[in-house]
Amino acid sequence: MDGFPILSLMMAVPMAGAIACLFAGANSARWIALIATLADFVLGIVLWAGFDQSGGALQWQFQEFHPIFGRFAWALGIDGIALMLIVLTVFLMPICIGASWQAIQKRVGEYMAAFLFMEVLMIGVFTAQDLYLFYIMFEAGLIPMYLIIGIWGGADRIYASYKFFLYTLFGSVLMLIAMMWMVHEAGTTEIPALMAYNFDPHVQTWLFLAFFASFAVKMPMWPVHTWLPDAHVQAPTAGSVILAGVLLKMGGYGFIRFSLPMFPEASAQLAWLVWGLSMVAVVYTSLVALVQSDMKKLIAYSSVAHMAIVTIGLFAFNSAGIEGAMMVMLGHGLVSGALFLCVGVIYDRLHTREIARYGGLAINMPKYATLFLLFTMAAVGLPGTSNFVGEFLSLMGVYQASSWVALVCTTGIILGAAYMLYLYRRICYGDQVHADAAAMPDLSAREIALLAPIAAAVLWMGVYPESFLAPMRADIRALEARLAPAAPAGDSHVKMGEPKPAGEGHHEEVAAHGEAH
Amino acid sequence: MIDSASLLAVLPELVLTAGGLILMLVAAYGGDASARVVNWLSVVTLALAGLALSCSLAHGPDAFDGLMRADAFSVFAKALIYGAAAAAILLAPRYFAVDGAPRPEYPVLILFSAIGMGMMVSAGDLLTLYVGLEMQSLAAYVLASFMRQDERSSEAGLKYFVLGSLASGILLYGSALLYGFTGTTAFDGIAVAMGDGVSKGELFGMVFLLAGLAFKMSAVPFHMWTPDVYEGAPTPVTTFFGSAPKVAAMGLAVRVAIEALGPAGMDWQQIVIFVALASIILGAVAAIGQTNIKRLMAYSSINNVGFALIGLAAGTPAGVAATMSYMAIYVVMTIGAFACILQMRDAQGRPLESIASLAGLSQSRKGLAAALAIFMFSMAGIPPLFGFWAKFLVFDAAVGAGLTALAAFGIAASVIGAFYYLKIIKTMYFDDPAEAYEASGGAVENIILTACAVVIVLGYLLNPLLDQASAAAAASLF
Repeated sequence: MDGFPILSLMMAVPMAGAIACLFAGANSARWIALIATLADFVLGIVLWAGFDQSGGALQWQFQEFHPIFGRFAWALGIDGIALMLIVLTVFLMPICIGASWQAIQKRVGEYMAAFLFMEVLMIGVFTAQDLYLFYIMFEAGLIPMYLIIGIWGGADRIYASYKFFLYTLFGSVLMLIAMMWMVHEAGTTEIPALMAYNFDPHVQTWLFLAFFASFAVKMPMWPVHTWLPDAHVQAPTAGSVILAGVLLKMGGYGFIRFSLPMFPEASAQLAWLVWGLSMVAVVYTSLVALVQSDMKKLIAYSSVAHMAIVTIGLFAFNSAGIEGAMMVMLGHGLVSGALFLCVGVIYDRLHTREIARYGGLAINMPKYATLFLLFTMAAVGLPGTSNFVGEFLSLMGVYQASSWVALVCTTGIILGAAYMLYLYRRICYGDQVHADAAAMPDLSAREIALLAPIAAAVLWMGVYPESFLAPMRADIRALEARLAPAAPAGDSHVKMGEPKPAGEGHHEEVAAHGEAH
Repeated sequence: MIDSASLLAVLPELVLTAGGLILMLVAAYGGDASARVVNWLSVVTLALAGLALSCSLAHGPDAFDGLMRADAFSVFAKALIYGAAAAAILLAPRYFAVDGAPRPEYPVLILFSAIGMGMMVSAGDLLTLYVGLEMQSLAAYVLASFMRQDERSSEAGLKYFVLGSLASGILLYGSALLYGFTGTTAFDGIAVAMGDGVSKGELFGMVFLLAGLAFKMSAVPFHMWTPDVYEGAPTPVTTFFGSAPKVAAMGLAVRVAIEALGPAGMDWQQIVIFVALASIILGAVAAIGQTNIKRLMAYSSINNVGFALIGLAAGTPAGVAATMSYMAIYVVMTIGAFACILQMRDAQGRPLESIASLAGLSQSRKGLAAALAIFMFSMAGIPPLFGFWAKFLVFDAAVGAGLTALAAFGIAASVIGAFYYLKIIKTMYFDDPAEAYEASGGAVENIILTACAVVIVLGYLLNPLLDQASAAAAASLF
């Protein structure tokens, strides 16, 4: 694979598809989009297979560098962390296209073009090795998402699209100023070089806050999460899937790629801020999720809670926590995507997201109820599913940094079980009170084809997470080493008791004896 | 004494003057029937003047003992001005054709205005500055009231004239003060005189001079005329006002600030920072409530001038290069956007101006809506469109000059501006269709529109070229 620009190709394929979709009729646009995303998925598999994850491998692979833009370059390259997020993206995209197959009937060509363009930008974000290229990709995602929410969204779509756009734009522009400052200071726009550059710790605080403004909004963290429920509720099903599945991960990716390695001192210094906001988010948004009557809103709030577990893991400053954060990101990407698809399935039939309008679906939709149960359990974090691995590692990691944070955040799992099981009970169990809900047909072959791959991936990730952890391990170790000098001490280390002063000679003998064991 | 090198250095102006005078005669004797020919010949004249720029550069940098400059900076600005003027001429015929009266004097006036603008950006002396400015303005006053049977157009012309004369007076007063306290009207002489500290009189002169220039580029607090003139003037004239004279005024301000007032940098920097931020914020906030797209574009231009001034506030070669790059990208966006606005015509071909009439355009005129959306996103500074790069450059220059707080504040205010650009996109894409426009646009309009859109989408590939040209332009001032 040496020298073959596979990353550029992965961006070129959906880009060509997007342009073709703009000029194609409704049905051909659907097929173009499906073929383009599937081709990209195949490329993603090839990428994964070609990624060298042996111990001595280079950190950055598949690198491309073309200085064609003057002040910045078309510089691409991935490490294991980016690889996993790219695989998640290309895996979810065909499913999104499939989910929109019948739900979207108006302006199909533009819709598919927007999604394919979105895919280009998402892959661009995860592969960019140039600071400004990253920013352009990161920010450009606003355009297709604004259009997707605004054109194909629900009743309140215009308000939601504005809120999404302006909120995230405001978060990002300050980051741009910080980036400019960094480039002037370090004299390079290359991300790998900047990751190794030691900025003055005093300035780091400001830089960290500027990046934090962007990533915290994108993530989203409490209290700047309020755009998410609106955007989710109004977006079409596939829009919600891609929003929850991949776009939110850009925030986490930003923390892991920029905030932590570039500003380690500031990260440690401001860890209390991240911890505090995350603790509030876990408890507060879980409680808010509990009282929602709108299915999509409930899942949106649960996303905020789950992403707080991600930030907790990231700011644990050890490899367990960071590995856990990555696993939660991947697992949440799959599970929340699947849950939105489950909502979409019944929304397409009854055109309402009100939980109270459903009930007893296990009777007339047994296949649906089974798959929905699997994803509900995965969202709760049941062992054997993807989210368990990530949540366990994250919380274990943060326990070493702060046992109080771990204590508060673990309640998130209990509350998560409460709101998810309550949701499931209201929708699938109980009596069939509404005749129209009771008459809904079970999953079609298309819908099973959308949900089954996610179910398989969720179980794979839960049973054998090593496949996903192995490519990232070396990168996370490197990050841990970078953070080590600044990492906070932690309050949960076992302290050896001071032995009482006894007879001197006797004491030495005991010590020697102890060592021999 | 007039030497041949000086004449060759002002060859673009000579070409324009000769062309303008001949075409005026053609228009006078040929009457309205000659409009088509005059239009095309004016564009050819502008193209020839553009070609003459290389000759001018070769015989620079000084002409007529420093009265005029023919350096990389003036060439950069003139290339933009001529291009924008040509676009304004090409876009006009369909608009004037609605009344059944083609106007051969329109392109001639634009040619004369272009001469004035060329003198503005290559002025090396307060007198050249004033002559160039007045020449540009006089043509512009007439252009604003060009539709003489239309009340709004006459009103616009009158307003522009009264306020413009006031501004010229202020500028002239400033020039007189500077001359009185420095003893010279030459830019380099003023810089030498200011080198030993800025006296009160010089400071006053500088403030008046900058106030006059701020009027010409419609920067806050001298922006009041802009919305009325933009709205009242015929749309092709508004296209012209929004593009070429802005470049000329900005180029002039940059040259005066750096060449003549360079030693007083600390003094004018505060003024420029205030004007920049005030323009950004007022331009953004006042645009939100507009219902007429031409008024909206007027506030948008105020907003954009504010951003361009941030580069000047930096006061470094990188800052000047950023300002000029900003103007280059801004001109492309503005002409593209107005090429879209000119196509807002009802089924009878009558021009429409309300934003509400754009509703649902994405369903009736897909291409037009997409193009306008591209220009609006670009003006809002959203990557990957080229408008982002314009903003990037000025803020990067500000950060490079240590003005990080200014950059942070300015870029945060740009989010306010994004709101009203989004409103247009929302109207076109999210709203239910209103009455459909005329089925298709004119060929010339579509070509200009497409060319601008392509530049805005693929502009990053031009970066090396733009960097090189703007850096050379900036270097010639320092």
